[in-house]
Amino acid sequence: MALLQLSEPGQSAAPHQHRLAAGIDLGTTNSLVASVRSGRAETLPDRQGRHLLPSVVRYTPQGVMVGHEAREWAALDPVNTVVSVKRLLGRGIDEVKTLGSRLPYELAPGAGAVARLRTAGGDVTPIEVSAEILKGLARRAEQTLGGDLQGVVITVPAYFDDAQRQATKDAATLAGLKVLRLLNEPTAAAVAYGLDSGSDGVHAIYDLGGGTFDISILRLQRGVFEVLSTGGDSALGGDDLDRAVAEWLMGQAGIAEDADHAMLRRLMRDACAAKEALSEADSAPIELELADGSHWLGELTRERFNTLVDPLIRKTLAPCRRALRDAGITAAEVRDVVMVGGSTRVPRVRELVGGFFETEPLVSIDPDRVVALGAALQADVLAGNKSDSDMLLLDVNPLSLGIETMGGLVEKLIPRNTTIPVARAQEFTTFKDGQTAMALHVLQGERELVADCRSLARFELRGIPPMVAGAARIRVTFSVDADGLLSVEAQEQSSGVRASVEVKPSYGLGDDEIAGMLRDSIEHAEDDMQARRLREQQVEARRVIEALSAALAEDGDALLDAGERAAIDSALNDLVELTRSPDHKRIRVGIEALEKRCEFYVERRMNANVRKAMSVHTIEEFE
Amino acid sequence: MLDFSKNYFELFGLPVGYVVDATQLSERYRELQRVVHPDRFASATDQERRLSMQGATRINEAYETLKDPIRRAWYLLTLHGISLDDQQQTTRDSAFLMEQLELRELLEQARGADDPYAEVERLMSGISKRINTLVGQMALHFETPSPERLEQAQELLRKMQFLQKLRFDAEQLEAELDEAL
Repeated sequence: MALLQLSEPGQSAAPHQHRLAAGIDLGTTNSLVASVRSGRAETLPDRQGRHLLPSVVRYTPQGVMVGHEAREWAALDPVNTVVSVKRLLGRGIDEVKTLGSRLPYELAPGAGAVARLRTAGGDVTPIEVSAEILKGLARRAEQTLGGDLQGVVITVPAYFDDAQRQATKDAATLAGLKVLRLLNEPTAAAVAYGLDSGSDGVHAIYDLGGGTFDISILRLQRGVFEVLSTGGDSALGGDDLDRAVAEWLMGQAGIAEDADHAMLRRLMRDACAAKEALSEADSAPIELELADGSHWLGELTRERFNTLVDPLIRKTLAPCRRALRDAGITAAEVRDVVMVGGSTRVPRVRELVGGFFETEPLVSIDPDRVVALGAALQADVLAGNKSDSDMLLLDVNPLSLGIETMGGLVEKLIPRNTTIPVARAQEFTTFKDGQTAMALHVLQGERELVADCRSLARFELRGIPPMVAGAARIRVTFSVDADGLLSVEAQEQSSGVRASVEVKPSYGLGDDEIAGMLRDSIEHAEDDMQARRLREQQVEARRVIEALSAALAEDGDALLDAGERAAIDSALNDLVELTRSPDHKRIRVGIEALEKRCEFYVERRMNANVRKAMSVHTIEEFE
Repeated sequence: MLDFSKNYFELFGLPVGYVVDATQLSERYRELQRVVHPDRFASATDQERRLSMQGATRINEAYETLKDPIRRAWYLLTLHGISLDDQQQTTRDSAFLMEQLELRELLEQARGADDPYAEVERLMSGISKRINTLVGQMALHFETPSPERLEQAQELLRKMQFLQKLRFDAEQLEAELDEAL
């Protein structure tokens, strides 16, 4: 390996290299990957020129099939062909069961909160299924772009809760991808539109995907996208429109409720085709193949279709109203409504949404691709390819976070639509003499009763110093990061002792389970694991060296005296030496040593930046 | 890292006071986040990312506090050394309390009205108007914050909190109506 070149002070860092990054729209029905090439975001097609990858995975004893090929089998082999897996992601086994007897999958029996689907290729979790789709898209991107991806931005519905976000991130880890950011789908769509038109003002993003509905109200001002509020329904989508049509068809054609999986899949397919045809035509002919091989002929008019889907579309308007209220905005103040998701092609959807917001909806970018395009633009910025970019996305947490208190009630700590990152602390005390542990139950949702909210995790605090009852003051801090993911820290205030926090996710996998799956997915486990860890640490070390060198070149002379500079330079050189070591642990230690040595410098830099930002116009007010 | 000893006003380079220029506030907010937000440090070291996360969290907290007239009043009082959390006092303005009872009754009746949404909407706009009136009075008290004025500011804040709770309950009712759809 070549020795890393360090730039001389005062010179700029190594010549700028374009880092490969991609945006991924992991959808319920279809998925897409996009990237910025020669300054333009575009979705990447496969070898056959197809942009959409059906989010379908088929498991056979011979291996795994993803996309178009797998979709061919959806009706023929429904048990082993997983469709709409996004609906199952981050959901508990009980929830998956109640999602409908209509799910054709067999659930593997056994312990654990995460549902496992029984297939001919073995038992799989929704996280693993999603990882297969991500792998397929990443492979496509790497082949098209001609190199390894440095990082990806993956979009999630704004209304996804913590468990669903964590599951998405876990799927990326399993697929071997570095996640630069989980980005909310409506925000991504706004980026795709906003950068084209450069229009400042308040916008509404109406996103009706295959299985989820999101509404976001955001303000765009000179490159900053500030989400004011978001709302939605994570279990309502275009699939439901198809289902409403399918149920009507069953009644018309006299198909029994307990029809087999293959029949139901065919019905859904025909219902979807009729819906699509009705976007152009006033009526659609329908021909159904019945179980006995005979055919049923019928017709669906647009008028009839509208009455079937109206209740569903109206159901999306309630979250719209709430989002406006939370944003403190009236419908008239909304400048544009951006339509996202294939189902917004339905004329009735456009009509009702346009009526609600009193404006003609924006549909100029393909509603299937707009999210992936926005994600690609954000990935390009985060990978560092556009250091002069002014774009910044400020998102909110979609659902209130709270903890269980006496009597099965939820006390809200972080209300919905709070801008992230956010942290809130709460103090607790012990109720028994000598108590050294305590349990906390974290919930997400708007209702007052624990039973009506969604359980996120149970935390156990251990190592509280023994004291008399009520004397310990345990400060628990709940933080939500820019990806919308929750973490918890606890400290006893009088002694300063940190309590360890053990997380038991209600619906996710533990870190050790993820590590286990990762191991299983690599064949010659031990050697490969070692090689992988070494590679990871080398990449990490290089990242640290590069970032620090660039910083030193920029303001090292201004912020450091000669002695400080020499100390940092020497630690930096030590790490450069260490990157040649075959021992990943030594590299890790080197990285940590360098970071420790630079702590004061990093703080000085950030302070200097803040001062610079504020000094432009307010010097007199600071004094 | 941000200077955590600064109060929220200082952090945003704004004069300490109840009247805040909303446009200036949101401009400063965006400028600060532009240099501190974690997305600016996507490929930086873990340590820088931690610092940036702490800084961005602090700026968000400050922004949410200064933006909201009720939280802003509460925060200004704490800067004057008055913490409402320690006091269990409630307002003794009986006319105000009577009005609260009437508003609560109206809220209950809205549930069974022909068009419950319209009733809730009307009630909420009434609550907003009342809060806005109090915000105007609050500004006067903080203009010359004598001990008597601060005493009156506390009284106003308690009333605001009453109205806020009522608004929250009205939103809950609306959510219940939505769920019944």
